[in-house]
Amino acid sequence: MAGSRLLTYKEKDTWIHRLSGVTKMLFFLLWSITGMLTYDTRVLLVMLVFSFVIFWMSKTEWKQVGTVFKFILFFLCLNLLAVYAFAPHQGTEIYGTMTVLAFSGRYSLTAEQLFYEFNIMLKYLTVTPVVLMFIVTTNPSEFAASLSRLGISYNVGYAIAIALRYVPDVQADFTKIKHAQEARGIEMSSKTSLWDRLKKMSMIIFPLLFSSMDRIDVVSNAMELRGFGKHKKRTWYMGKKLALNDYLTIAFVVVFMVAALTITFSHGSRFYNPFV
Amino acid sequence: MNQKFGIKQVVAIGIGTALFIVLTNAQVPFLIVPNTALQSRVAVLTFFSAIYGPVVGAAIGLIGHALGDALFYGSIWWSWVFPEAVFAIAVGLFSAKYKVKAGGFGGKEIVLFNVVQIIGNAIAWILCAPVLDILIYAEPAGKVFGQGALAFVGNIVVAGVLGTLLLVAYSKVGAKSGSLTKEN
Repeated sequence: MAGSRLLTYKEKDTWIHRLSGVTKMLFFLLWSITGMLTYDTRVLLVMLVFSFVIFWMSKTEWKQVGTVFKFILFFLCLNLLAVYAFAPHQGTEIYGTMTVLAFSGRYSLTAEQLFYEFNIMLKYLTVTPVVLMFIVTTNPSEFAASLSRLGISYNVGYAIAIALRYVPDVQADFTKIKHAQEARGIEMSSKTSLWDRLKKMSMIIFPLLFSSMDRIDVVSNAMELRGFGKHKKRTWYMGKKLALNDYLTIAFVVVFMVAALTITFSHGSRFYNPFV
Repeated sequence: MNQKFGIKQVVAIGIGTALFIVLTNAQVPFLIVPNTALQSRVAVLTFFSAIYGPVVGAAIGLIGHALGDALFYGSIWWSWVFPEAVFAIAVGLFSAKYKVKAGGFGGKEIVLFNVVQIIGNAIAWILCAPVLDILIYAEPAGKVFGQGALAFVGNIVVAGVLGTLLLVAYSKVGAKSGSLTKEN
């Protein structure tokens, strides 16, 4: 069923849960930017170890993230195969040498290609645990509240808070509409032609979208009645001040990022080359 | 209509993003290539951009894509997040011209909307997404341009068919501007 796979916040008491949402967002952003930029295998391996240690410390259980994690691994495999299918010699192009291990011709398997794809895999795996952790350990209301502490306009914080608040409601509407349409005898599975499926998709989207347009009116009227947007600032019930641990975490990730990027680019290329 | 950034815009971003996230799961795969499918969420993004303009559209594209990917897939493919906003801005820039709320979304407006929609999708998925893939992730050019082209085709189908139908329907629901006649 749609939505059963959705990751959600779960309340627990670890130092990671107690960190401010802003700290975790900064950590996650800088961490994924670093993971995106570097192709240095050594840096990626260190990041991988850190990711899993942090993940373990957050006491996240397998059943919270298991299905999503399996799904990611499946996509990772598909992606690796696609890279090989489209560009079997990308590795040779990057590392400049060619060590054929098996097969010959266009799809000859080279050590360079394997190493390049191993790096892609590492890139995925270093970022994934941090994203999962950010979601399962951050209270959405607290996150929206602490965004305004960063000096971001509270309109942005509110938009995000409303989005997170209404995901379950819209999800429920979606399921209800889907069941109603199925009760009317409309087959929703993927056995029919593309055009048919597009038509069936619209049978859910039309009612869903129009009920959401009504919802926008109701919510914005309610907010207007309560004087939203009247003042430049507002206070937040869930707001939290940054504590010592927050500053330490932010300092760590900034230092780590600078160090990782310095090492990565120190030899003039994003790639660590073991072949020359 | 879109000059003021008011309460309605904030709420539209919120609810639009929630819709976009929920519909992340409702997609029709049409080939076995990673990350390409007929995404129903594109119809929502197109609809909101056409009605509420570029700022709301871009915000829904950015926040919705990033959060939706994170919530469902546990990882965010940044090089595909930004093109979503590029597309929404392209569609949203002409939002006043579609006259959806005024009830005038007819023949001429439908053509304009679809031309804008196709150009926006082309910039986003044939140009931005593959280029960012290569810059950020150093993926092979052949693969990413292939994926980009498929995403382009899938998205113009969804935005063109579902998007147009949704806008026509919504335009009919609202009162036409100038529909009141003076009684003698």
